[in-house]
Amino acid sequence: MKVKTLIFMIFTSILLIASKSNAVVELEPLSTELLQKRYSSLIEELRCPKCQNQNLAGSDSMIAQDLRREVRIMLEAGRSDREIKDFLVARYGDFVLYNPPMSGITLWVWVAPVLLLGLGVGVAVLVIRNATANIDDEEVIDEDRPGAEL
Amino acid sequence: MNKIMLYMPLVLFAVLAAFFFYALEVRKERPSDELVSALIDQPFPVFQSDSLSGEPLEISDLVNGQVTLVNVWASWCPSCVYEHPFLAGLADEGVRIVGLNYKDTSTNANDWLDRFGDFYEFHIFDPSGRLGLDLGVYGAPETYLLDAEGIIRHKRVGVVDERVWRQIEPLYQDLVAEAGTDES
Repeated sequence: MKVKTLIFMIFTSILLIASKSNAVVELEPLSTELLQKRYSSLIEELRCPKCQNQNLAGSDSMIAQDLRREVRIMLEAGRSDREIKDFLVARYGDFVLYNPPMSGITLWVWVAPVLLLGLGVGVAVLVIRNATANIDDEEVIDEDRPGAEL
Repeated sequence: MNKIMLYMPLVLFAVLAAFFFYALEVRKERPSDELVSALIDQPFPVFQSDSLSGEPLEISDLVNGQVTLVNVWASWCPSCVYEHPFLAGLADEGVRIVGLNYKDTSTNANDWLDRFGDFYEFHIFDPSGRLGLDLGVYGAPETYLLDAEGIIRHKRVGVVDERVWRQIEPLYQDLVAEAGTDES
């Protein structure tokens, strides 16, 4: 029974792994290997505006196809990665970047954890300090307790 | 001091509860998958396209001193059929509506218009979706509200129906009033 359960679990996890490989197959490679590499990393990093938890590489939606085509055209035209990203941000906002710039409202994403960590450490320090103070008091009381020598 | 610390979790809980309430209830009107357009307060992109009926069009045909709705539609888009009667009603009331036929074929688009009716002033034909890309379109239907100078003042992703129009109409009326005072 246990072995069966184990086998079942292993098979289900394999199925889960298999469904993760969802990259779109491109028919035509770009003209040079370097362009192809830059293309692959760009479409990994750019987000599909229509299907918001997928990148351009993983989505087969119409807009993702169009944006991939546009990225290819711009790469072949010799535009830099920066220019390509700026082009898309001008049209779809910071949203298309999975790695958005550290400014404005997105700054909170970086600042908030640090602030919360500081708050947590502060609370922990206070709690521990109070607890140790109480223990000291108890020890004093203990010494006075009859039979404490035992 | 200890008293304050005692109430700290409660305060944190209240702050989080307020935040989640805002995110879930107050912002319900705007679906979370709707992006704020990067082109708000930007001029409508300059274009040179044909109309659906084959005449050459440019930006001056679209921007002519009137407040305008640009409705992105396609014959392959089921929701466009759904919003069609409501937009027709707006056009009847005198709202200027221009179509942007997005990633479609002219045969399919014209058949669709024959079937459901054509109240649009004209249609910009964008079979490749290139103008759509400049506009930040990522699906259909989408509707853009342009002021008299052709500045994009509002973008709606998805169907425009009575409920949505109630949200947009005040801005539309403001823009119409603005355009009226500029002329006089």
